[in-house]
Amino acid sequence: MQNSYDVIVLGGGAAGLTAGIYLSRAKVKTLILNEGMVGGQMILTYEIANYPGIEQTSGFQLSMTMKKQAESFGCEIQQNVKISEINLEGETKLIKVGEIEYTAKAVIIATGGRSRNLGVEGEDTFKGRGISYCATCDGDFYTGQDIIVVGGGNSALEEAVSLTKYVNSVTIVHQFDHFQAFEHAIEVAKANEKISFIMEASIDGFYGDEKVKYVNIKNAKTNEISKKEIDGVFIFIGYAANSEQFKEQVQLNKYGEIIADNNMASSTKGVFVAGDVREKKIRQITTAVSDGAIAAVNAIEYIQK
Amino acid sequence: MLMTNLEHVETAAQHQEIIESNENVMICAGRMGPMCIPVYAAMEELKTEYPNIKFMDMEFDSPEAHVIRNAPECAGFMGLPFVMYYKNGKVAKATTSIQMKDQIKAILDQYLA
Repeated sequence: MQNSYDVIVLGGGAAGLTAGIYLSRAKVKTLILNEGMVGGQMILTYEIANYPGIEQTSGFQLSMTMKKQAESFGCEIQQNVKISEINLEGETKLIKVGEIEYTAKAVIIATGGRSRNLGVEGEDTFKGRGISYCATCDGDFYTGQDIIVVGGGNSALEEAVSLTKYVNSVTIVHQFDHFQAFEHAIEVAKANEKISFIMEASIDGFYGDEKVKYVNIKNAKTNEISKKEIDGVFIFIGYAANSEQFKEQVQLNKYGEIIADNNMASSTKGVFVAGDVREKKIRQITTAVSDGAIAAVNAIEYIQK
Repeated sequence: MLMTNLEHVETAAQHQEIIESNENVMICAGRMGPMCIPVYAAMEELKTEYPNIKFMDMEFDSPEAHVIRNAPECAGFMGLPFVMYYKNGKVAKATTSIQMKDQIKAILDQYLA
């Protein structure tokens, strides 16, 4: 069974859905294939207050609106699919989902990113049992308790501050001697009496019984391991690009992000890139939307040549 | 009210009635939050694939949800959502925090087959 499209968009987050809206509105036969639920990282955001034109919304609502908008223009969307094969070489691109083959004249890669894990002992075992990746979701379970926040970017520092509404104390553990967060976020965290810092250190393992009881903290300079009793750990250590499937077919940078030019064109002809999977500095819904629109317009131009 | 396309469990009595009158039941107790929404979405999709299983959700903050919040199987759970899998009225499996569709399918196949 073969299904032919003008453009296939891989990924249904803000970038992919925007590309779908632009492509299908231009009467380009478009399919979005998404391995999870549409919305991507956007859906993991409780409250969005800086999306121009919308005073306040949730990631879920914005995702659903974008999906509805794309579908209203005729864009086909398949979510929770498992892509088994991708061949981006040549003029006709091939994507296989199980035994079903999809072909397209152009492909837009908008597979986004995922939260990084620490990848240390006990992390899987204690997920939801003392380890959390969402302060808004799970903060109230830790009321009056002592917790660790891992990370040094904006998310880590902002979430640490927001968690002080519930917890007794927050210890921020960060691998470097400085933070990557904006200066304002650093100042707010440093001014909060409930927050203390362990710099140049990392979590080496999580231990407990039915929930986390303590962690081992490794000093980055001396490699010395110290045990710290704790009620919970929130992990905010950034995102990794979902680009593994494409590493043999498009050019990636050393972080695994796909390199694209100003037209969102990758190193492979007919393959465009948009959103968090692309090499760029600022990862916001607004920048993903911008990427999606640019990739779509250039993909249209490419297939019409 | 949870904005999902799943049937909602609203009371503890209804919860009891459902797990007693259905051989296989999966109930997701959560909020409309980032860790819960993907689980509801996966459940909505799995409804057609597993017609022998009743898929429902329950508002985590409802006082009636104590039947899940305080279940012994949820001791130590500190991540939303709390998901319960019932077989013949008994808890077959309970999970905490986000689960992807593949993970849910693996549990359904193992415990509610």
